[in-house]
Amino acid sequence: MSIDAVGVSKTFGEFHALRDVSVSIERGRLTALLGPSGGGKSTLLRIVAGLETPDSGRVYIDGQDMTDVPARRRGIGFVFQHYAAFPHMTVWDNVGFGLKVARADKTTAARRIGELLDLVHLSGLSHRYPSELSGGQRQRMALARALAVEPRLLLLDEPFGALDVKVREELRAWLRRLHEQVNATTVFVTHDQEEAMELADQVVLINDGRVEQVGPPEELYDRPATPFVMSFLGATTHLGGELVRPHDIDVHDEPIAGAHEAMIERVVALGFHSRVEAVLADGSNVTVQLTRAQAQHLELRVGDIVFLRAISATVPSPSPSPFAEPARD
Amino acid sequence: MAKHLLRFGALGYLAVLLLAPVVMVTYRTFEHGLAPVLSALSSPEAQHAIYLSILVTAIVVPINVVFGLLAGVAIARGRMPAGRTVNLLVTLPFAMSPVVIGFALFALYGRGGWIGDWLALHGLQVLFSVPGLVLATAFVSLPFVVREVVPVLEEVGTDHEQAAATLGAGPAYTFWRITLPALRWALAYGVVLTAARALGEFGAVSIVSGNIVGRTQTLPLLVEERFRNFDGTGAYSAGFVLALISLFVVVAMTLLSRRKEHP
Repeated sequence: MSIDAVGVSKTFGEFHALRDVSVSIERGRLTALLGPSGGGKSTLLRIVAGLETPDSGRVYIDGQDMTDVPARRRGIGFVFQHYAAFPHMTVWDNVGFGLKVARADKTTAARRIGELLDLVHLSGLSHRYPSELSGGQRQRMALARALAVEPRLLLLDEPFGALDVKVREELRAWLRRLHEQVNATTVFVTHDQEEAMELADQVVLINDGRVEQVGPPEELYDRPATPFVMSFLGATTHLGGELVRPHDIDVHDEPIAGAHEAMIERVVALGFHSRVEAVLADGSNVTVQLTRAQAQHLELRVGDIVFLRAISATVPSPSPSPFAEPARD
Repeated sequence: MAKHLLRFGALGYLAVLLLAPVVMVTYRTFEHGLAPVLSALSSPEAQHAIYLSILVTAIVVPINVVFGLLAGVAIARGRMPAGRTVNLLVTLPFAMSPVVIGFALFALYGRGGWIGDWLALHGLQVLFSVPGLVLATAFVSLPFVVREVVPVLEEVGTDHEQAAATLGAGPAYTFWRITLPALRWALAYGVVLTAARALGEFGAVSIVSGNIVGRTQTLPLLVEERFRNFDGTGAYSAGFVLALISLFVVVAMTLLSRRKEHP
């Protein structure tokens, strides 16, 4: 299922959650809606799901206008950050809820529930209540519940946000495999850039109610459309008025064309790499990240004068993305 | 030391204020043995009063449960434009003296009242009859269910209901299968409180009932009449029945509140 949001705006009182957002999400992909808290990514997901109504704009699912279709008729599966497990039902009944609503044949339903519990590794716990499960188990149950009705579209709102780091990493790898197995279009919301980079085929970066950039993770990292995208997706430092990644700076001991003269203030060995802090002639600070081998080769010491040059293109130049209209101001 | 003093003081206060009167009623009831108590409670007017109190309660509780659920959902889920105002209005019966409520109903449904005259034209009698008792009792016990339901609805939030919607459930199905089960203990608590209030209501009922023996005399009204007529054992026996019901309510509430905390 493909999703097209066209000119979607949403305000909550005085707060503009989404400002005229247009974005397309391709069929079969695993897409991340990434951005800082309060940027509007969850609101966009909830509008796609039909849990929120946009003030203006339309939502198309597979080319069909779904804007006025209630959530229950959109053929979606939705996973909530805090699981939304039905506390008075067993794991089995939770997973089977959608099948019961759809009045599925009992034997078919039982088989489907069994398969799903296997898929999420909860077969042995089917008679437990959600209060008797760990956070990770609850979230897996919520996923199985969402998948039971064979949704065309699986939407996950910060699915791992409430889990601790180790469980989160396990579930990430697991979601990736699951996405390939169930062959649905999957969209998840996250504020964690690492999670988006690791999981997604496609990242939609949303900030302040606007889409900043859409593309594969590496494209966003290597060719950020705006300074915001660049600084959100990794470490940055300033070099001569430009935004640069600390590992994209070459250090020379002789002056070369386009390099900035700097004095080393601090060298920190961090195992695999070293962090060099330096000050430019104009008094501005810059951070450089070197591999251990580079640092050893250069024999850098506090007080040394070095010449720094950015390796890759640094000036963020907005390039038109094939997947989204640039957000209008 | 200070802790012990505080504890002793609090317990002593409760003993004098609450426990002593209850013990006294029990003592006075059985002062002359069981026989006079049984005969006082088996008199036709006592039997009718007990029956009438239970009847009114049995009618009022379902009415207030349905209203309380509807109002509670409307207030907590913001489907009512003036939710806050409604919330305040629903609490009004707690703030008003029951006697004033009784007078208000008397004025409205009696002769010359806006509704009373219309009802009289159609040959309907609300005052001095069971409908009047139900009306007054429903009024004074109105807030209990609403006030139990609203905080629980606010606490559980809308995630479960939205999850049900994404799984294909319509509003009615979601209400029965998701919302109502979440409210079951709050509702049970509200029912117990409503029933207790309905059985014990005196002020409003005494105005609209007319206190017709064997027809509109409820148990609390009977207690008061026997007390006025210096029928000690009669008053104490009926009062003891009311106190017994209260004790039952307290026990039920304690058990329910435990379930409420550990669903």
